[in-house]
Amino acid sequence: MNNKKTMKNKIVIALSGNPNSGKTTVFNAITGARQQIANYPGVTVEKKVGHVTHKGRKIEVVDLPGTYSLTAYSLEEIVARDFLVNERPDLIVDIVDASNLDRNLYLAVQFKELGIPLIIALNMVDVAESRGIRVDHQQLSTLFGTPVVPIVARSNRGIQELLDKVLEVAQEGQQWHPAVISYGTDIDQSLDEIEPIIEGSKIFNKKYPSRWRALKCLEGDSQIIELLKRDPSLGQGIDAICKKTSKHITDTLEEEPEGIIADHRYGYITGITKKTVKRKIEARLNLSDKIDKVLTNRIIGPLIMLAILYVIYVFTFSASEAPVGWFEAFFDGLNNVASSVIAPGYLQSLITSGIIDGVGGVLGFVPLIMFMFFAIAIMEDSGYMARVAYMLDRILRWFGLHGNSVMALIVSGGISGGCAVPGVMAARTLRDPKERIATLLVVPFMNCGAKLPVYAVLIGAFFPAHKARMMFYLTLLSWGFALFAAKFIRATVLKGPKTPFVMELPPYRMPTLRGLLIHTWERTWQYVKKAGTVILGFSIILWVMMTFPGPSKEQVRSFEDQRIRLTQSFLASPDVNEWVKDEKGLAGLNDLYDSYSKATKENDRVPLADSNKQALLSLVKAVLFLESDRLSKQETGDGLLNAAACYINYTHDIINVGVQEQQSALKGTIAGWLGQRLETITRPLGFDYRTNIALVGGFAAKEVVVSTLGTAYSLGDVDPDKAGSLSERLKNNPDWNPLVAFTLIIFTMLYVPCIVTVIMIRRESSWKWAGFSIGFNLIVAYFVALIISEVGAALGLGV
Amino acid sequence: MDMKKIIKMREMSNNQKGVIKKVSASGDIGRRVREMGLVQETPIQIQGRAPLKDPVAVKIRDYVLTLRNNEADHIMVEVDE
Repeated sequence: MNNKKTMKNKIVIALSGNPNSGKTTVFNAITGARQQIANYPGVTVEKKVGHVTHKGRKIEVVDLPGTYSLTAYSLEEIVARDFLVNERPDLIVDIVDASNLDRNLYLAVQFKELGIPLIIALNMVDVAESRGIRVDHQQLSTLFGTPVVPIVARSNRGIQELLDKVLEVAQEGQQWHPAVISYGTDIDQSLDEIEPIIEGSKIFNKKYPSRWRALKCLEGDSQIIELLKRDPSLGQGIDAICKKTSKHITDTLEEEPEGIIADHRYGYITGITKKTVKRKIEARLNLSDKIDKVLTNRIIGPLIMLAILYVIYVFTFSASEAPVGWFEAFFDGLNNVASSVIAPGYLQSLITSGIIDGVGGVLGFVPLIMFMFFAIAIMEDSGYMARVAYMLDRILRWFGLHGNSVMALIVSGGISGGCAVPGVMAARTLRDPKERIATLLVVPFMNCGAKLPVYAVLIGAFFPAHKARMMFYLTLLSWGFALFAAKFIRATVLKGPKTPFVMELPPYRMPTLRGLLIHTWERTWQYVKKAGTVILGFSIILWVMMTFPGPSKEQVRSFEDQRIRLTQSFLASPDVNEWVKDEKGLAGLNDLYDSYSKATKENDRVPLADSNKQALLSLVKAVLFLESDRLSKQETGDGLLNAAACYINYTHDIINVGVQEQQSALKGTIAGWLGQRLETITRPLGFDYRTNIALVGGFAAKEVVVSTLGTAYSLGDVDPDKAGSLSERLKNNPDWNPLVAFTLIIFTMLYVPCIVTVIMIRRESSWKWAGFSIGFNLIVAYFVALIISEVGAALGLGV
Repeated sequence: MDMKKIIKMREMSNNQKGVIKKVSASGDIGRRVREMGLVQETPIQIQGRAPLKDPVAVKIRDYVLTLRNNEADHIMVEVDE
């Protein structure tokens, strides 16, 4: 094809191999940090491309997905296959685990049959030798008919030799030479019959060797069966041969052609490995097996698993505490700078309350997520994650999920504090689309890090005595909801058979720091990129919704009028006349009160007032005494007390006007309108328009629920960002009680996934399922919350 | 001489050795188990079972493979009596 053209510029090699063969390590060893991640066109399979210059030649390395075979039954295998025949790389480097040669060569045999120039990189020869397995790589090269380079990718051994070999093979500019392997008389005969039919047909391009296609016909490969439909007469002819062969084989050997083909491939491989692999010791328990005797032990295994998950939880939270604080401080600082640089008004509000708060709220989680990913990378790279899937498969299967779903559930918040965005991405390891989509749909039920602040505020306000226990119950509840929702989904909209659980338990390996860092960085970056861009957009939309159209001029004026009236009547009161006579005097009183009460609260030295303010100071003292219920008759006369009481009433009234103004301003916005309309639906749950606004905001990111509740319930003078103070306010609000709080906790746990998660679900499935996820979660959340609310009320808890 | 008998893989006890005599699974399961190397005449040894006795872990061709009991039912193994 275009072989000659690409030869001139650069050499393109495809890196292939079984999962766990060390392919990623080889890729990193060859390309270092120079790699790009994209997706293969039209699918969500990741495509990593790296570059290296070796002896002056540019080499482009394309990392194919790790596969065991080249059938059309999994997306990864189709992607690998299509890439090879459509893009025609100069050659393929197949990473083969030397300690597990038979199974690794199964894929290599198929590359040989495809005909693409092939180099075998015999990886982990050191591990193999430590297990008493010695591979004669020269003999292997002779018998298998391809160059073989022994390497140890972890310590960079053999990588230069491998690249030398790549240049050498590419220099030869080899054509494709499909190897012919015998599958026994029956199959060989029908291959001979089908091959010329395919050769002579016009519906096939010449990208695949005809014998390969003939073999795929016998294997019942879905891709080729699709192709055959284009020419029905041809298809029928081939189909007849396949049926005849299949019947003959079933009658005589009680097998299907596919089985026979696999048997022969393995027979061919075993024939070679018998001559090339020498074992010093008869298969004994190796170290990995010994570790498994403990880690997957029936009784200790699950206990260790729980302990490990708990340690990850503690590690993630304690390690990320300081960096999360730094991020918060950074965004606070940024906010201050923006406030001081930009004049007050819509622009300042947009940039501070809208963009910096919104984006900062999400990016503030980056350290937490990074540590979480780091811990998960350790579990994956060491091989432990496969054991978790193995131990939990029996339980998950009952709920219609798969052992591999556990990863997605844990990442999303199975141990509290994860994130559904990487959780959704983690579901990629599931092969079956139904199991994968079911997993995607239930991961948003887990307690992600953004829900924790919501829980913290509500638990702090209404269940302060049981904080830890409540969090534990909420973790259990989220697992329960997720699993039963999965069971429901798998019994209704995603009905279908369970897929096989045929999974390798890879040998335990000490993860390399480089591998861990690359894994962690890749995932974190995906989160930052998605969250950063999407949240930016939604923060602006949300800000608009909560700012516009805003109060009318009449409303603003009416509140201003109220303030003026209150001030006038305060000043007109005979009790205060002795101390404060006009507005200027009032301002002085306010200032003195502020500084004095601040100083008292912080136990600072009380500032000395100059002599002409002595009278005013005694009034301020009286006010503070009255407020703190500590009356001291010696210092306060009746007149002073009356004036103090007047002042206290006056300030409370002014604050109340402020609150009413804020609330009417909020009601006057799009979000307020929406919140009020929603009250008809949410009243049975005990949610008023303010809670509704907060929940609408939570669609952007769950932590917005807390900040919006803070704004909606703010009392003007209290810092609305302080969770503690929000807790206080909710506790003292007559509309709130433990039942409403618990209902809101559960509703927050279950209702719509945040927008970033929805977008990720769409990317991993379709708009249909992303939309379904919103609707389904809302319905589940509503009815569960309704039941809690009704049952709670019936039991008399809502008081 | 040792007497041999053929049983389902599910019925094998932990650490028991045997040789695969037949893989009767077809479709997706058949393909998966075969490509992982479970074909006729392959020696295997049961490595252990998950805490709920399912799936089962098998040592085969120098690595450990796990599969569910209902998948192991399709694999007939010759073991010592």
